Formats: sequence, C-alpha cells, structure tokens
Amino acid sequence: MQILKQAIAGTLESSDLMVKVAPSADDALEVIVHSEVIKQFGAQIRKVVDDTLRQLDVRAGSIVIEDKGALDCVIRARVQTAVLRAADASQPNWEKLS
Amino acid sequence: MKLRRSMLFLPGANAAMLSTAFVYKPDSIMFDLEDAVSLREKDAARLLVFHALQNPAYRDIETVVRINPLNTPFGLDDLEAVVRAGVDVVRLPKTDSAEDVWQLEKEVERIERAGGREVGSTRLMAAIESASGVVNALSIAKASPRLIGIALAGFDYVMDMQTERGDGTELFYARCAVLHAARAAGIDAFDVVYSDVNDEEGFLREVELIKRLGFNGKSLINPRQIELLHNAYAPTEEEVEYAGRVIAAAEAAERDGLGVIALNGKMIDAPIVNHARRTLQRAQASGTRQ
Repeated sequence: MQILKQAIAGTLESSDLMVKVAPSADDALEVIVHSEVIKQFGAQIRKVVDDTLRQLDVRAGSIVIEDKGALDCVIRARVQTAVLRAADASQPNWEKLS
Repeated sequence: MKLRRSMLFLPGANAAMLSTAFVYKPDSIMFDLEDAVSLREKDAARLLVFHALQNPAYRDIETVVRINPLNTPFGLDDLEAVVRAGVDVVRLPKTDSAEDVWQLEKEVERIERAGGREVGSTRLMAAIESASGVVNALSIAKASPRLIGIALAGFDYVMDMQTERGDGTELFYARCAVLHAARAAGIDAFDVVYSDVNDEEGFLREVELIKRLGFNGKSLINPRQIELLHNAYAPTEEEVEYAGRVIAAAEAAERDGLGVIALNGKMIDAPIVNHARRTLQRAQASGTRQ
C-alpha cells in the first residue's frame, strides 16, 4: 500500500495513541515511537506497529507514533486507519486487517 | 435463556472506553458506530470496533454493534467489518419494516460466506425508532430467525410523533406495542435509554415501570446505571425461596412421572416453572435485591 499524502488518526487521550503518516522523500520506511510506557512496552508497541505495516504492505513512508498507553488492538486500529487514509483506500481488504 | 437486562452503549470512536468497558460486566455491550460517531471518524471507529471485537477481554460478554443504516454510505462497510470480526449481534437502527430486516439478513449471510463464518452465527436485533416501526413491530419481530430482540429507541420516536420525552406517557403505546410484538415472536424486548445519568430516582422509577410491563431490560448510556438496573431486576429473598420450591416440586413431579405439579396444594403449570427459572437466573447473576 502506497502512502500518497499526510494523514493522522487517533487522539492524545489516555489509552489511545496518535499516528501521523507521511510520504517518504527517499522511499525508505521510518518508524518513530514515543510512549509514556516506552521502557516497559516499547518493544511490544514497535512489534505491533511493524506487524501492522507489514500486513498492509507499507514499504515506504514516515510513521510517527505518540502512544498514551494504548492496548495492542487500539494500536493496530489507529495505524491501519492512518495508513488507509494516507493511501486513499476507501475499500479496505478486511482479510488483511485482522 | 440468555439474561439481557443491561445493554451498555459505548461510542465506537472512544479508544479508552473500548479498552476498559468489559470490567463493568453488563449483560451485553453495544459498540455504537452510528449516532455517537462523527462523520469524519466513521472509518476510525469501524476499525477500533473491528479489533475490539477480537480482543479476548470481550470473549465472555455478549457483543452488539449498532451499525449505520444500510442506506447510508457507511452501513455496508460497518456490516462487513463487524460480521467478519465475529460480533454476536448486529443492531439495525431505524427499522421501519420487515423488509429492512430481510435486506440486512441477506447482506449478513453474504458476508458470513465470504468471511468463512458459520452461516446463521451472526444474530440480529432491530431498533424501532418511528411511528411506522411501531405499527409494523410484529412483522419486524417475526422477520428473521436470527433476531434475538427488538428495542424501542425513544429519541427519534418522540420526534416522529411530534412530542418530547416526559413522564413516559409519550412512550406508552410504543412500549406496549414493541413488547407485545417481541413476546408474540418469542424474542427479547429492550426499553429506551434514560439519558439523565445524575437522576437515579427518575431512572429507577422508569426501570420499575418497564420491569412491571415485562421488558427484558434496558439500553444504558453510563456504567453507573448497570448496578442500579441489575439490583432493581434482582428478586427478593422471598421470591428466590419460592422459586426454589417451585423448581424442586417440578423436578419431583418429573422424577415421579406425574403430569401435574403441585405445591402446597396448588397446581403449578409450565409458565410458573419458567418464571421460577428466570427468577433463579437473575438471583444467580446479581444476588437478591438490596
């Protein structure tokens, strides 16, 4: 899935996260994770984000995460929403989103 | 016999509430993709609910999703997401006729087949929100074997009737019509939300009324209302003690091969035994009334 434009999903409220997605200038995939619980859960958050991007076949783009203690299922939903918005994909492939 | 006293509404776009609501233990949780979600967040809410439904924390609670009507740009996408995610019950808003239920049923079956889910595993409920819906309540309630219940939704209904919420007089006919339709069809009936969460006295007055009418339960908008509702629906110690004796008498009659059940010289018939079972089920779920 190709990141065509900037997009945002989520909020900065507790138990949520904000995901900012933008096209990459050099066709690289860059993921930055900020979290209040980075010490305890940083690796797990990063894994969920990477898995979700892989499922969506995102190979290039800038992905910035501001996590406020979200559950894995919320992280998946917010990353998918931001990517689908950035890719102008109005009809998601549900089998790829599980 | 699934107990459905409390159906807690949760805005589908609220990540924090979706992450914690299971701790309140309502009988059913209803994720809302319709009125509680702004137009620009419909896609985000759909994905949040899609994943929340697959969260193991919700495995032991009946999950319901209120989708957008199928004649909006969002309804079919909502349905696609929640059926594939394994929702227990789809709640159709603004149901005016049996045709609305048939259309929903057709789409649910298509998605079940495409998504590899067992055909018939997704149950339905219809929300009645208009004069037409109330008049057609019986045909709606009988429209599909997938229906677990019908619900009266008060706000849109009173608007359609050109009145407003008051002491309940404005809902009198609709409550009775919806309830009779549900009972005639053998499914559950749910009452409207009580929106003033700070008015416990008014809430309990309304609960007492709908309980006496015979509603299975009520839609709720605040977790604080769950315990109040469950307590109001809980039987008294005397009722539990009597129900226990009814069940014991029924079991003894069956053991002895007797067609007639007697308790203290009075004949007990099947509806009384069923009522006793419901009483014990409510007591088991939340004890006796405090």
